[in-house]
Amino acid sequence: MIQIFAFYLFASVVIASGAFTILARNPVHSVLWLILAFFNAAGLMILIGAEFIAMLLVIVYVGAVAVLFLFVVMMLDIDFAELRGGFMKNLPLGLALAAVFLAELVFGIGAYRAGNIELGEHALNPARMGASNIQAVGELLYTRYVFLFEMAGLVLLVAMVGAIALTHRKRAGVRPQNIGSQVRRRPEEATRNMQPVVGEGVEL
Amino acid sequence: MIGIEHYLVVSSILFVMGVLGIFLNRKNIIIILMAIELILLAVNINLVAFSVFLGDMVGQVFAMFVLTVAAGEAAIGLAILVIYFRGRGTIAVDDVNQMKG
Repeated sequence: MIQIFAFYLFASVVIASGAFTILARNPVHSVLWLILAFFNAAGLMILIGAEFIAMLLVIVYVGAVAVLFLFVVMMLDIDFAELRGGFMKNLPLGLALAAVFLAELVFGIGAYRAGNIELGEHALNPARMGASNIQAVGELLYTRYVFLFEMAGLVLLVAMVGAIALTHRKRAGVRPQNIGSQVRRRPEEATRNMQPVVGEGVEL
Repeated sequence: MIGIEHYLVVSSILFVMGVLGIFLNRKNIIIILMAIELILLAVNINLVAFSVFLGDMVGQVFAMFVLTVAAGEAAIGLAILVIYFRGRGTIAVDDVNQMKG
């Protein structure tokens, strides 16, 4: 019973937060709503027993992609008129989203303990599969789809190199350390021996 | 009782919402990128729901690949956005066609 309530909760919140993502005037609010949508989609996947994808959604999307969006939105410093409100303006929405997160976390754990939703007669049941969801995904991923898995790693590598190559810039006017010239330096050209006369001072 | 139809309805609403977001926010490229993320999320929900419904784990493996591509796409898209903003001081998509090269 609790699973049905949890499904309708997660589904309605994911749809509502998706709508607010595209309707919000302030991009920071948009990113926050996007995070809520990802979180609730992870809840939907937990309910049918796909724990691995759900955790991946929270880690990759909420932890990396959404934070990247937030970072870029804040770094660009565009003249969004509403953005000037600053911390206190975003505080109520942030607190409300935090409360929703917490409530759903408690609720989702309760629904997960009560067992999966059975989607069909073939439904993947951990008891019937004899292995957990993560183990099943891993056995498939590292045997039959290992080349595709390595291709996915290559895609991520190319994306990383591309992002760095695009945004990296040489800055003029900085004096970085030149290790080659430091190593090449010999004592003969850097120091000299003098015999100063006593009482007449030294010439630098 | 929750069936696969419920999941398909949620994912199709989310997909349409992502497409709508691209149309509604034509000027703000950040929101467009977020709408693309919403679309990919809808695709992932669909893949996982069918994977569980048919008892075939391959759907979840491919959902992971979709996730990988989405992460790479977000990184590249935001990098392009950053260099575009650096050169121009605005992110209005309207005058992207003035770019040279």
